[in-house]
Amino acid sequence: MHETFTITQIRTENYRTKTFVFDKPFSGAQPGQYVMAWLPDVGEKPFSIAGADPLRLMVVAVGPFSEALHRLDVGDRVWARGPLGQGFALEGRHHLLVGGGYGVAPLLFLARKAVAAGHTVDVCIGARTAADVLLAEAFVSTDSTDFNGFVGEKSVKSVPSVEKLSITTEDGSLGGRGLVTQAVEAAIHARRPDCVYACGPTPLLVALARLCREHTLPHQLSWEAHMRCGMGLCGDCELDAVTRQVAGIPAGWLVCKDGPVLRFA
Amino acid sequence: MPDVTCHFLNLTLRNPIILASGILGTSADLLERAAREGAGAVTAKSCGPTPRAGHPNPVAVDWGHGLINAVGLSNPGAAEEARMLAEARARLEPLGVPLIASIFAGTTAEFGEVARTITAARPHLIEVNISCPNVADEFGTPFAASCESAAAVTEAVKRNVGDIPIAVKLAPNVPDIARIAAAVVEAGADAITAINTMPGMVINADAGRPVLSNRIGGISGPALKPIALRCVYQIARTVRVPIIGTGGVTTGRDAAEMLLAGATAVGVGSAMWTRGVGALGDIAAELAVWMGQAGYGTLEEIGVRSEE
Repeated sequence: MHETFTITQIRTENYRTKTFVFDKPFSGAQPGQYVMAWLPDVGEKPFSIAGADPLRLMVVAVGPFSEALHRLDVGDRVWARGPLGQGFALEGRHHLLVGGGYGVAPLLFLARKAVAAGHTVDVCIGARTAADVLLAEAFVSTDSTDFNGFVGEKSVKSVPSVEKLSITTEDGSLGGRGLVTQAVEAAIHARRPDCVYACGPTPLLVALARLCREHTLPHQLSWEAHMRCGMGLCGDCELDAVTRQVAGIPAGWLVCKDGPVLRFA
Repeated sequence: MPDVTCHFLNLTLRNPIILASGILGTSADLLERAAREGAGAVTAKSCGPTPRAGHPNPVAVDWGHGLINAVGLSNPGAAEEARMLAEARARLEPLGVPLIASIFAGTTAEFGEVARTITAARPHLIEVNISCPNVADEFGTPFAASCESAAAVTEAVKRNVGDIPIAVKLAPNVPDIARIAAAVVEAGADAITAINTMPGMVINADAGRPVLSNRIGGISGPALKPIALRCVYQIARTVRVPIIGTGGVTTGRDAAEMLLAGATAVGVGSAMWTRGVGALGDIAAELAVWMGQAGYGTLEEIGVRSEE
């Protein structure tokens, strides 16, 4: 059943992205898991959990549902069911996080969890243009007010940052010019991670799967699909055969229940 | 160890647990997965004459004592479905797992046409879904609501499937399900699937709205089990055809109850929400353990007990 959440804070992240912070935690939610957010009479869509305590969701306005969310104010209510699916699980102690576009949403949550555990984290963000780069400051912030509200550790005064943040844009308007996979390659050579974690568009994930196989690196990739029931029952979220084959995803793998994160050891 | 081999019409299932229609049966990959995870047979999602997108989200939620869904019969249309079923059948063959197709339509004549199209894929059994509760806005009262319409569809399908047996899937929300069962058997049904989901509504009080976009949906899961057991019991005492007992079976013990009510095989669907796809094989294994403890050596022995 959907739980009722009230918006307590809205942060504008860029020209089409807002982060909504809610009034209570989503107990037990892990980075990489998602909720089905429901607005009565509008619809229900999956959103990656961007922070669990309290719940936060990062919403890019790309269609009628996300635009309706963007019209909400502090004090308005949103309904959500979950946490759903399988999230990221930290493997080892040095992690490389790769976010393409708004795929960074679950990665800040993951980075906070990793640094809170005393691990080290490198981050590669890729986007089309400077305006599309999301959460870059948050990844390197050591301000505890930014840190609180992700993993429920409200007593923390100052926090360790991620070790290295690299930004790549397709047009070169911020950071390096080109594809984020080039930055990932460089980051692997500079300091080999124990595991690579990524969320972003399918072509990026396919390229990363290939790259990680070449480097025999464990990797956890979060896949996107059209989700309906979110319960592993309706079968609508199966990935297409071509994507599955190139990325080594098993046949019959359900993004909504077996995923969205698929772990390769 | 007790023998859970299930003899259903001319088919031999390694166990009586059947993937129910509407759950995971949308592709050959998923049907194969259900088979590999231990199902005795697998049922594809219902297909109709033409492609349908189904209802918008929310289409399914867990409301605490079961699920409610109104997916709205999304399907690729009979022609595409037949291609998928042919592929599924080829992949299931080496696993020894029979394939059950499922069809629906808006008119008796369309039922016949869909049945003929699907027959090309040579499924082992065709389930005739005359009882979907979630498309009343378009299709009106389900055919399962009256003896006459249920029998007419059964005859139309039977005329178009050659030697492939058919199971007619009945609705629980009728005054006397045994009468409907008798009518479809009289009209040529080789088997009965009982039951479809029970129409219901879940309202979120804080939101002040029904949760499903379709407002009304089908109740499944634990809440449905006592209703399914009653229906199977009444049907089994009225007709002599095998029954796929479906509704709220979550454990091997639930499956035993369904067999004791008079079912020959047991459909499982919503249980996979809480237990994963592995529930299919796990429930079969639990049933075998229960049979051993209860002193049953075969499913037929449970069948004899069910008639007492």
